[in-house]
Amino acid sequence: MANLKLTNASKVYGNVPVLTDINLEIEQGELIVFVGPSGCGKSTLLRMIAGLESISSGQLEIDGKLMNHVPPAKRGIAMVFQSYALYPHLTVRDNMSFALKIAKVPAAEITRIVEEAAKSLQLTDYLDRLPKALSGGQRQRVAIGRAIVRDPKIFLFDEPLSNLDAALRVATRIEIAQLKEKMPQSTMVYVTHDQVEAMTLATRIVVLNNRGIEQVGTPLELYQKPANTFVATFIGSPAMNLLPATVTESGTQTRVSLGQGATATVPIATTKGDQNLVFSLGARPEDMQITDTDDYIFQGKIKYIEALGEITLVYFENPHGTVPIIAKVPGIVDFVRGQLLKFSVAADKLQLFDQQGLSCKYRAG
Amino acid sequence: MGSILGKNSPLTWVVHISVLLLVILWTIPTVGLLVSSIRDKDQLVATGWWTSFSTVERNLIKRSAPASEQLKEAGNYVLKGNVFADQSGIVTAFGWRSQQPAAFIPGKTVQMRKGKTLTIEVDGSYLLSSPTAFTSKRGARLFVTVLEAPIFTLDNYSEVLFAEGLGKSFLNTMTVTIPATVIPILIAAFAAYALAWMEFPGRAIFLAMVVGLLVVPLQMSLIPLLKLYTTIGIGKSYIGIWLAHTGFGLPLAIYLLRNYIAGLPREIIESARVDGANDFQIFVKIILPLSFPALASFAIFQFLWVWNDLLIATVFLGNNEEQLVMTGRLREMLGSRGGNWEILTASAFVSILVPLMVFFSLQKYLVRGLLSGSVKGG
Ligand SMILES: Nc1ncnc2c1ncn2[C@@H]1O[C@H](COP(=O)(O)OP(=O)(O)O)[C@@H](O)[C@H]1O
Ligand SMILES: [Mg+2]
Repeated sequence: MANLKLTNASKVYGNVPVLTDINLEIEQGELIVFVGPSGCGKSTLLRMIAGLESISSGQLEIDGKLMNHVPPAKRGIAMVFQSYALYPHLTVRDNMSFALKIAKVPAAEITRIVEEAAKSLQLTDYLDRLPKALSGGQRQRVAIGRAIVRDPKIFLFDEPLSNLDAALRVATRIEIAQLKEKMPQSTMVYVTHDQVEAMTLATRIVVLNNRGIEQVGTPLELYQKPANTFVATFIGSPAMNLLPATVTESGTQTRVSLGQGATATVPIATTKGDQNLVFSLGARPEDMQITDTDDYIFQGKIKYIEALGEITLVYFENPHGTVPIIAKVPGIVDFVRGQLLKFSVAADKLQLFDQQGLSCKYRAG
Repeated sequence: MGSILGKNSPLTWVVHISVLLLVILWTIPTVGLLVSSIRDKDQLVATGWWTSFSTVERNLIKRSAPASEQLKEAGNYVLKGNVFADQSGIVTAFGWRSQQPAAFIPGKTVQMRKGKTLTIEVDGSYLLSSPTAFTSKRGARLFVTVLEAPIFTLDNYSEVLFAEGLGKSFLNTMTVTIPATVIPILIAAFAAYALAWMEFPGRAIFLAMVVGLLVVPLQMSLIPLLKLYTTIGIGKSYIGIWLAHTGFGLPLAIYLLRNYIAGLPREIIESARVDGANDFQIFVKIILPLSFPALASFAIFQFLWVWNDLLIATVFLGNNEEQLVMTGRLREMLGSRGGNWEILTASAFVSILVPLMVFFSLQKYLVRGLLSGSVKGG
């Protein structure tokens, strides 16, 4: 039951920097999710917290104590690995008792703890099986059980669901959420590249990219107020549309020109210096409304339609780039390819990013 | 394999047939050796082992009873008896001169010199009669061609084990082989774990040295090592040969085991570390059980190599009863008993029996994947 603090933590492999100056504070009881594209250093950061990877520079504190050189077992953490990493030659019971035996807990106590954990994970009937006789979901639960029995201060999960099939993944995701509810005092750090997992589980999300943290915030904060274009396009599916927007009028509200005669007024402040610069206007596919009027922000010919039943995804050629413009239209529609459509977006749903890709909302604030 | 090649692809058949051929090729000499070693020594010399299960036709030279047993019947002196002294058989032909040993069919009465006659029946009973008294103390020579039932016996084994001293050599070889297999495995397993999973300065160089030692011919070190042993007082002793075999086996053992242990999933070891295990506990509780296939396969290699070794045993052990190993004994027998096939085949079979047992008792570890179930897809 602990808080965790990273100060200017960096990781260098040889002379390749992987993480630079990570600053992060995690409070007790939080479920923090690290998300980011593959290879951005999520696992590395988690393993630095676990003590499996050295910290090249900077500090890691748990409960105010410096942990940089403390061995993993003494950090009060438990880790669930992506591949489960069960001991293949030991039964489920022995897998779950392993840490307790090493810690010389009395045998009767071990039995009690393991059976209690097995019960809560519905593993009681499988205690005497070897891992190879278990299904993927059961192995996953054994891995979680192995972490629970140690009663750690901090749980670390490295993509625990990525080896499960889609249906099992949803079920296990819910189980993890329930596990967190049962242990409100425990701190969890959870790594995933799946933004749905991040959005559904996290109390706060840490978006990692390019050796550093892009943004930290609650799931809805990230959705509603992305700090930059990376977070804007990473969170939400399909990704947010970005349209080049030339600032024509600055002030408390900003007026932008979007080409082809389209304009928009965004309730976000900009300065005189921004005038005539090309910014990016962000509009989420689900906020795109079909319109007949002249206050559209985008018009284009339909390139491709994906009908999913409850919604329909409509793809348009992007005149300014390669990423298609996407609109998410509710229900089933009878558009045809090549049809010209115009879209508007409610002004308060629009995002504006400057030339560096940073959100103008934050800049002004 | 089935999933790659498909159940009935022609390649599968090629594989199956090749395997079958290899098995047959390998088995035939072994079976031949076994069969030969339990045959009667006279039959063994006469015919090949592949005919051993059918009756054999052999030309024998027998002698009649000596003159002292002659009887007088109807004015003639007669000698009676059976050419098969101890067992029964069938006579298919007989003769009385070495130029024509199979000239007559059984039951016929044949004229010999000086009015003597000879009759030999199918069942081997003979009747020699003569108008004058027999004088030969050793009896007359009788040439018979007989059909003999196959004889199997363990006499050869009891002879080599007890009379020829192979039993003692067998024990000596065991005394050499078991420690010379166990010691290097123990040392190599520790070294392999350290080289695979522990961080320490100079690890890469150390590993390179081990690999380098693989190519050093052991013959190079025989004399210096023996000199060293003599200097420090080990001399020609079992300790000396254990250490020698350990030294010669270690580079390969470390190399093989390190490769295997380095291939164990990193996350299992990290998981144990997070669970609080120190390096020794990880080694004993995780690495050793998971490395059983590699340990077993190296044990087989080392065991066979030490078991069959003659060179090192000749150099580092004496030639006396207490120290002569089986290979040395076999070599001596080849010299002194080279013609006695029954001795050689039985000895040879004794010497391959233990390696065969070791192989068959450990081979399941070679094929069983111990890792399944640990990580994804397993
Ligand atoms: N032992 C290592 N040596 C060198 N580079 C490494 C090592 N481990 C990871 N990396 C690099 O660090 C980066 C981050 O890896 P990782 O943390 O595993 O990413 P992910 O976010 O997918 O979990 C990757 O670019 C990877 O190539
Ligand atoms: Mg990863």
